Amino acid sequence: MIFNIEYETMPREALESIQLRRLQATLSRVYAAVPFYRKQLDDAGVKPGDVRCLSDLSRLPFTTKQDLRDNYPFNMFAVPMDNVVRIHASSGTTGQPTVVGYTARDIDTWAELMARALSAGGATRGDIIHNAYGYGLFTGGLGVHYGAEKLGASVIPVSGGNTRRQVIIMKDFGPSILTATPSYSLHLAEAAEEMGVSFRDLNFRFGVFGAEPWSESMRREIEEKLHLKAVDIYGLSEVIGPGVSIECHEAQKGLHIFEDHFIPEIIDPETGQPLPWGETGELVITSITKEAFPVIRYRTRDITSLNPEPCICGRTMARMNKVSGRTDDMLIIRGVNVFPSQIESVLMEIKGVEPHYQLEVDRKDNLDILTVRVEISDAAFSDEVKELQRLSETIGNNIKETLGVSASVKLAEPKTIARSEGKAARVIDRRKL
Amino acid sequence: MQAQQISIFLENKAGRLSEVTRILSDAGVNIRALSLADTSDFGVLRLIVDDNEKAENTLKQGGFTVKTTPVVAALVNDRPGGLHGILDLLTRNGINVEYMYAFVQQSGDNAVMIFRFDKLDEAARILSENGVEIIDGDRLYAM
Repeated sequence: MIFNIEYETMPREALESIQLRRLQATLSRVYAAVPFYRKQLDDAGVKPGDVRCLSDLSRLPFTTKQDLRDNYPFNMFAVPMDNVVRIHASSGTTGQPTVVGYTARDIDTWAELMARALSAGGATRGDIIHNAYGYGLFTGGLGVHYGAEKLGASVIPVSGGNTRRQVIIMKDFGPSILTATPSYSLHLAEAAEEMGVSFRDLNFRFGVFGAEPWSESMRREIEEKLHLKAVDIYGLSEVIGPGVSIECHEAQKGLHIFEDHFIPEIIDPETGQPLPWGETGELVITSITKEAFPVIRYRTRDITSLNPEPCICGRTMARMNKVSGRTDDMLIIRGVNVFPSQIESVLMEIKGVEPHYQLEVDRKDNLDILTVRVEISDAAFSDEVKELQRLSETIGNNIKETLGVSASVKLAEPKTIARSEGKAARVIDRRKL
Repeated sequence: MQAQQISIFLENKAGRLSEVTRILSDAGVNIRALSLADTSDFGVLRLIVDDNEKAENTLKQGGFTVKTTPVVAALVNDRPGGLHGILDLLTRNGINVEYMYAFVQQSGDNAVMIFRFDKLDEAARILSENGVEIIDGDRLYAM
């Protein structure tokens, strides 16, 4: 079912005229309200009024994660705090989170987009939605929640964790839609099996999975083990949260971007030049309806391509392919964004620990496992095992506290971790997606 | 009163222990006593050797994290209750044994035990005062 027939099936020409009008309004607003954007435009010699057609967008400067960090916490907000009704945050590269705000209308927009997304994923108002995305500063839980309510479905705000209880709820409440990270959904399947509960006997029809990259083979595994049809959802808190784009369950081929709210571009990550439809590059998004936290040409660092061809589902919105990688060294561990530099700053704060480290990522029982190998220096070395264990516990606790992700810490002999071989050597990602 | 022990950090992977023994053997250092404390991820090898300085330098050059720690070497009567007498004495005086291990060689009718205490000097003093013979470093390394 298409939640908003008028917009989601709008002819491209009409859509583009709406985009232009909304883009112009957004530019005037951020130019007046956000010193950062005013300076960006001034430095580029562009006035908001200079944007007369959509292709003029490429004259505007990019906004990066670093820009958001430099304006921590609220300097990117385009409305007074009086009008901000919600704040979310995601992790940043130095342990400083990226903070985003929403007005009441933004929350309403987001709910509308998530209602559209859940509909595209197969949900209707009669469904019960088991929402296992984390609730909190992370946008996943509340994003799905408001969309489900907007759709008129019944939402179970189960959040993440406590897996056995989740299985009991799935069995007793009979939810028909599952929303979770793909890896957690497989973890749920295993827990159910251990408890003697078969997904064949459960009520699920569709699952909407996102917040981390996953492959077609993982889709097949999920569909087989959970006995449902799995679709991919994409979003990032800097843009709005989940609900930037969604696969339709009819085609399961590319994620429709809600272009009446976001203008996507694909650029060459090296030169910054826009690439034509179909070519693979970095996804850049401009929000054109956000009030509290608009972003102009935000570099997502996600690698994908765009496809404007009509879809069998009837939606006219362009589709982006499944994200195939990143242009930076960000890792997504159990849905949490982790930059190696964040781990580094945690290590630097512990006395006697040197920043010679390596991150190893594995997937065991469908859960991401982060192992941090840290070289032990003479200063930190103790001949007592309990002191060394205390040290690795401290490192693990500090990582958990700062990044919100559990890591197993392994102390390593000096000079066993490769030096100055660039970022690649810092990370060994053994996950087979 | 004290003796020095060499401690080495080892990752739990094949060949690390033999790398230590190879380096010491090449340097002509003799291992007098050893103990290995291990966890699932790493181990701490503790050695009494005949030449501390040479052992420490060559191991550091070999890329190991090395530390010297003062320990107490005591003679323990080699009969039932010999060790218990010592431990009991220490317990009554509120001294904690962090770890201990036995020397390879005997000294007459006595065994030699290496102790690491939380209060090292106080422990050595109490042992001496109660007639337990402490072996100083030079004598120990040459045993």
